[in-house]
Amino acid sequence: MQIPSAILTLVIGMVLALGGLWIGQNINLLPIDASANAPIYDELFKVLFTIGSILFIGIVGLLVFSLIRFRRRSGQLGDGLAIEGNLPLEIFWTAVPAVVVLFVGLYSYDIYDRMGGMVPLAHDHMGGAHDEQIWGGISSGSIESAAATNALPVEVTAMQFAFLFHYPEGDITSGELHVPADRPITLRMEAKDVIHAFWVPEFRLKQDVIPGQPTQLSFTPTRTGRYPIVCAELCGPYHGGMRSTVVVESPEDWDSWYRDNAKAAPEDETLTIANA
Amino acid sequence: MTTTVPTKDQNHSHGEHAEHPDHRMFGLATFLVADAMTFAGFFAAYLTFKAVNPLPDGAIYELELPLPILNTVLLLVSSATFHRAGQAIRQDDHGRCRRWLLITAGLGLAFLVSQMVEYFTLPFGLTDNLYASTFFAATGFHGLHVTLGALMILIVWWQARQPQGRVTAADHFPLEAAELYWHFVDGIWVILFVILYLL
Amino acid sequence: MTISLPPETSSPPRLQPSGWLRYFSFSVDHKVIGLQYLVCGFVFYLIGGALAGAIRTELTSPVSDFMARDVYNQVLTLHGTVMIFLWIVPVVNGAFGNYLIPFYVGARDMAFPRLNAVAFWLIPPAGLMLITSYFLTGAAQSGWTAYPPLSITTPATGQIIWILSVLLLGGSSIFGGINFIATILKLRRPGLKLMQLPMYCWAMLGTSILVVLSTPVLAGTLVLLSFDIVAHTGFFNPTLGGNVVVYQHLFWFYSHPAVYIMVLPAFGLVSEILPVHARKPLFGYVTMVYSIMAIVVLGLIVWAHHMFTSGTPPWMRLFFTIATAFIAVPTGIKFFNWLATLWGGRISLNSAMLFSCGFIVNFVLGGITGVALAQVPFDIHVHDTYFVVAHFHYIVFGGSVFVIFASIYHWYPKFTGRMLNEDLGRLHCALTFIGFNLCFGPQHWLGLNGMPRRVAEYDPQFTLINQISSVGALLMAISTLPFLWNVIHSALSGPVAGDNPWKALTPEWLTSSPPPVENWIGEAPLVEEPYGYGVPPDELDLTATSGRDLWSSGK
Ligand code: HEA
Ligand code: HEA
Ligand code: CUA
Ligand SMILES: [Cu+2]
Repeated sequence: MQIPSAILTLVIGMVLALGGLWIGQNINLLPIDASANAPIYDELFKVLFTIGSILFIGIVGLLVFSLIRFRRRSGQLGDGLAIEGNLPLEIFWTAVPAVVVLFVGLYSYDIYDRMGGMVPLAHDHMGGAHDEQIWGGISSGSIESAAATNALPVEVTAMQFAFLFHYPEGDITSGELHVPADRPITLRMEAKDVIHAFWVPEFRLKQDVIPGQPTQLSFTPTRTGRYPIVCAELCGPYHGGMRSTVVVESPEDWDSWYRDNAKAAPEDETLTIANA
Repeated sequence: MTTTVPTKDQNHSHGEHAEHPDHRMFGLATFLVADAMTFAGFFAAYLTFKAVNPLPDGAIYELELPLPILNTVLLLVSSATFHRAGQAIRQDDHGRCRRWLLITAGLGLAFLVSQMVEYFTLPFGLTDNLYASTFFAATGFHGLHVTLGALMILIVWWQARQPQGRVTAADHFPLEAAELYWHFVDGIWVILFVILYLL
Repeated sequence: MTISLPPETSSPPRLQPSGWLRYFSFSVDHKVIGLQYLVCGFVFYLIGGALAGAIRTELTSPVSDFMARDVYNQVLTLHGTVMIFLWIVPVVNGAFGNYLIPFYVGARDMAFPRLNAVAFWLIPPAGLMLITSYFLTGAAQSGWTAYPPLSITTPATGQIIWILSVLLLGGSSIFGGINFIATILKLRRPGLKLMQLPMYCWAMLGTSILVVLSTPVLAGTLVLLSFDIVAHTGFFNPTLGGNVVVYQHLFWFYSHPAVYIMVLPAFGLVSEILPVHARKPLFGYVTMVYSIMAIVVLGLIVWAHHMFTSGTPPWMRLFFTIATAFIAVPTGIKFFNWLATLWGGRISLNSAMLFSCGFIVNFVLGGITGVALAQVPFDIHVHDTYFVVAHFHYIVFGGSVFVIFASIYHWYPKFTGRMLNEDLGRLHCALTFIGFNLCFGPQHWLGLNGMPRRVAEYDPQFTLINQISSVGALLMAISTLPFLWNVIHSALSGPVAGDNPWKALTPEWLTSSPPPVENWIGEAPLVEEPYGYGVPPDELDLTATSGRDLWSSGK
């Protein structure tokens, strides 16, 4: 019985594609998503994971098959076929990866845009009246304009070996970041000594905090809970201990936390519209 | 399979080392490409600093042009005089060659002196600000090259003292190498001059 | 073959020691230098591996208990620096390059033998300096990337020694690169065309171009950094108005090409090994050459993918994403060509082949995670985490180190005239492969789930996975034992190999094993088809066990 090799190839290809899709959709390697841009990120991850699985399994399968099928059996002498190349084949496997990486590149550009990476940065709206350059990380998932979305400004100071959070509107200083769910947060970050990096795995967000470069990062938390804030840039001996927590609370809980801690009794919180 | 295992007909005295033609100039040229990349790094750093880091208030970074222009002229002329030395050796005129070499070395030393004068008259020092530091790093590194080059010229001048030495009309690798190097140092200066002084 | 056994004659009298002593001398013989690189590199591999062992031991528990935190940072800085600058780079370039390139171009030595010896002898002192700094003053503790301002504020002596030794090693690398370029372009035997060179020559040409263009930039940068430390200039010191991101650009302008300096020669070596043991020509020679050159060009313009979270402007990130991802195309060409080389071959499943195939598996995985890392939004989450650690160990260990082992199994008969034990070799391969994947596979998950790199203490939820990873590292350490035993035992009493045990066609096999001082007695052979294996398609099975067989086995 001879199955035509074209059909075999087709079947194997389909099995491979379906298997890759299954792996990409069903194996979850990521922690829980807790911000508006995290699900977008996970979408990208699934696509990358699918493509990667297909390529990897396909190539390893081909390799193992060749090793078994074409191994030299005992007593066998002589060489294989003297095939030195095959232009159409080579063009094919140049074109396919080219198309794949182009697709992946454009797709991840789209993802990046949706995550807020391409949003032009707002000017320094943290009170200080200088036209200092602000360096940007990602902005919140669906920023139309910082003013319209009533973003909560928080000042972050990173130093060896702690993060310090300051809420300018209530003059609260805290070692933990308390944020209300579903409201955009804008962090204005500064480093005192060396480079640190602000990372919340559950938010899929990371931004280096570089001394001399005030940096802005916005996001919208969506899921209440306590998530670790991790310093991700080597900053000295206690780099591994430089951690903190972000507490995402329901707006009501957050409000009461805020009122309890605010020094200057703030006006009604919801009225504090972030200045444009 | 076309593996030719040659018979011993070629006039090739095997067993001897270094019978292959001289590729030292090629090696030197490759090295100079590498060297140029070091300068490229400095220039890139300088240009980025200029573009991104404004000079802090009160910091002084002012360059006068007369001395550097004189320096540029000195180096350009020295390239020409070195070229004359090369011509002379090809005509087997050791006396003339050595005279031109001396003049070239003299111009190089003059450059160094005038560079020193500039250093001491500048209104800023090494650690005053970012541009100043980069200025000193780039010009200092170049000055080091000039110093080395001048030394090389003097060595060649010494080697050329007798007609049958290391430097002859037929084989004058030391002179050629020093000349290529000197032209290179010269070219770097021109770029440096444009970037540091004119831009 | 008309090459008769060389009577030990005709090597001209030299002022160099002979016998094993010459391996400790300032020898100018490219084969001696090659082996010096190899052995010296391997010693540093053991040191770097022991440091890795210390890292993995510390990480078996979530608290910093095995060593102090600053010691951990020193250990990890030393580990990265030793492995890159004293093991991979000198061995894939210096060791095999020096040994093989003169054979491949049909020369008796490198273009500049003395420069070559100088380049090698820069390495041991630089390495010693680096290691002893740990015992004298404490080593550098800012990682192999030495980002300021951390590298400016950590203890200065260790950092300065680190800079000096990296400068020396960079110089060694540049001298080597110049030598390779000159040898390949200028020293080819008359009649040998560029497109007839074995693929390793092309790989080394590409690598050397990268070395010459990028290493000097690192040197300049480190000089500036040392000024910042010693002379208190402010290039990279923000408190003095400096700009730390400029350092990162300059550093990665070297260090991204450096990753291709670590892997392109390995690609070349694999291209030599596969055809021999699969008994087939190298598939797609011409596209291989072009893909190497494409990697060289692309490799120079993608550096900022290491800085996606450093506050670079969006357009820059976009450009670097696309450029980086495109490196998958020329690299993919090479991998598919290798698979096609294997397809339909008569594959001997010996250690050299198995290690090469292990390389393909590991590198493809590392390359795929690399392409993922190249996507800005993806990288933002996993940058500076164990995902990156997993990515690059899959490439540098699973790639380059696997190839080094494959190459040792392949060329050992040439180096020593004796065969290695195949069973021990396969055991070594299996243990390494399993240990390696056990060690670095789970680290992908660690990174995705929140474990940053370069930490001595971590969230206790990651304890189990870290312990699994450490077991893998232990397995890797154990796997070196059969290898060491094999190499030492076989050198003394392995079966005699004969000149060409693999019936290979590349020129280094067309002389005695080990080769005489000037490589060939008589004129160098002109090998126009280094990969002329295989039965022409029209002569298929009929001749499989007849004339051609005998002929291609050189009888
Ligand atoms: C030998 C070393 C080596 C090599 C060859 C590579 C190869 C690649 N690397 Fe890697 N990399 C490192 C060593 C290496 N890397 C190191 C040491 C670091 C960390 C440095 C540090 O911070 O300390 C690093 C970090 C690193 C980063 C930064 C991560 C971060 O810090 O956030 C990125 C991001 O883009 C990256 C990408 C890539 C890519 C795209 C390739 C590509 O060249 C891979 C191309 C190969 C393939 C893709 C596989 C084969 C191709 C196919 C089978 C075709 C089909 C495939 C597709 C269509 C996808 N690498
Ligand atoms: C270039 C090559 C290379 C190679 C081959 C390796 C090999 C290994 N590496 Fe390395 N690694 C790097 C390059 C390399 N690494 C770099 C560049 C970094 C980044 C540094 C930085 O962040 O600045 C890094 C960082 C790094 C980390 C991250 C540290 C951190 O971020 O906190 C870890 C952790 O697991 C690790 C582990 C290992 C292990 C287990 C091996 C193993 O494969 C080693 C196996 C070999 C042996 C084990 C040696 C043989 C055995 C003996 C000598 C006996 C004694 C040994 C024991 C008792 C165990 N490496
Ligand atoms: Cu702060 Cu690491
Ligand atoms: Cu890179």
